[in-house]
Amino acid sequence: MDLERPLPTPITPECRPYWEGAREGKLMITKCRACGKPFMYPRVSCPFCASRDIGWVQASGRGRLFSFEIAHQILNKAFKVKTPVVLAMVELEEGPRLLSNLVGIAPDPKQIRCDMPVEVCFEKLTDEISLPMFRPVGGAR
Amino acid sequence: MSDLARMRELSNAVGIVGVDESDEIGTLPGKSQLTLHVEAITNAARDAGIKVSEIDGVFTAGQHSPATIGEAIGVVPRYVDGTTVGGCSFIIMVGHAMVALYHGLCDVAVVCHGESGRSGVGVSPRRDTALPGQFEFPYGFGGAPTYFGLITTRHMHEYGTTLEQWAQVAVSTRKWAALNPKARNREPLTVKDVLDSRPVVWPFNILNICLVTDAGGAVILTRADRAKDCAKKPVYVRGAGEGSEHVMLTQMRNLTFSEATQRSGAKAFAMAGVKSTDFDHIMLYDAFTSGPPLMLEALGLAKRGEGVHFFAEGRSTPGGKLPINTNGGGLSYTHSGMYGIFPIIEATRQLRGECGARQVPNARMSLVNGMGGMLSAAGTLVLSNEGSR
Ligand SMILES: [Zn+2]
Repeated sequence: MDLERPLPTPITPECRPYWEGAREGKLMITKCRACGKPFMYPRVSCPFCASRDIGWVQASGRGRLFSFEIAHQILNKAFKVKTPVVLAMVELEEGPRLLSNLVGIAPDPKQIRCDMPVEVCFEKLTDEISLPMFRPVGGAR
Repeated sequence: MSDLARMRELSNAVGIVGVDESDEIGTLPGKSQLTLHVEAITNAARDAGIKVSEIDGVFTAGQHSPATIGEAIGVVPRYVDGTTVGGCSFIIMVGHAMVALYHGLCDVAVVCHGESGRSGVGVSPRRDTALPGQFEFPYGFGGAPTYFGLITTRHMHEYGTTLEQWAQVAVSTRKWAALNPKARNREPLTVKDVLDSRPVVWPFNILNICLVTDAGGAVILTRADRAKDCAKKPVYVRGAGEGSEHVMLTQMRNLTFSEATQRSGAKAFAMAGVKSTDFDHIMLYDAFTSGPPLMLEALGLAKRGEGVHFFAEGRSTPGGKLPINTNGGGLSYTHSGMYGIFPIIEATRQLRGECGARQVPNARMSLVNGMGGMLSAAGTLVLSNEGSR
């Protein structure tokens, strides 16, 4: 099968629940049971309080576009999505930030604004892998 | 004894006595990375009037370990350091060499760089992609511009900085490159040229982004007592600092303010006993036009959001009050990948008065600041040609 994107690889054991959640259409994030703070990327120790008591929760999928870029060329040959593509940093309402793509809006810096509300959507790449992406809440304006 | 008093003991304890590039810099398909290292080391040793065989401390970052470098130049070092935290590693290593020399752990230290960034001769594949491979590459991230652009867009959102202001950084730097015979791009440049150049990753066009070249560079240091007897007047390491905050950009606490740079600068200034206003020459790692302004903000030389003013108002250009990136920078002189050795070389030459048409008159104290990764790590040096202790 010809994929338009490089698959996430290598999927490390600590991150597997994230990808299993994504396959089911759920955005799963790690959360410290000691201090209560969610964080990403997944790791076995809390970056805020160093506790080793870490669990998983489902994020709401809502957040804000913290920053963005419009890529006119992509160096990675395995990435074949037609440019321009909107590269995004999203801040989830729970706090953690993720890198992703912003879809459902023209790749135009006049239309896209930092802090605009966004919500998660998933792009199925294979039976195993669906990729969390983000789109403007309520469509483009 | 306080931390500060201990740090102050190191101030001016060592001098930079030799600097140079590889025999050539630019596009060099006939030379491996290792050759670029070795050429730079031999050239810097000649500059210092020191034999290569006297080098007993090897400090290097990148794909070659200090063991490889020691072997290549035929010495058995008694001190090695391979700290690799990005392009500023060489700046950080001047501080590490200072400590090793001060304590007698080595007598002659070389900090060296060689990278076939453009031609890719004698290079190894990159490693350590476990997290970016999962969370970044599937979206098209990869390559420095796709990360630094996020910092830049957010800065524009928070402070109202503009594409024209970033372009001023490229224009200012090119004015210096025009005066440096070794610079790759020397023809005049305007803000409009930058704004009209090929879009790569908005907010960056190609002229907002550094060159990609093949180059080596080396810096030789020794203790102040011996430095006096070398071929040229030494440049003293008055202060040195370092910091490291994140690797993944999602982990940077404040996307528009580099905590690593702030810490690095504060440490270097405290060690040197100087204020942020005491410099008459500045070298800032310019992989992107937005880098130097953000560094000025984190170092406390400019208010947040106002770093660009140095470039827009002509302060940074030839004849300006505070010359910045007088070699023509990574934007116009050379940028092999890990650029950090070259600002040290230029600052040393300025403080020696060797820079000809681009010489900053009466340069006495220079600030060198570099980043590793995406403002992920930082190294800062305060260099001076007056070595009072
Ligand atoms: Zn915690």
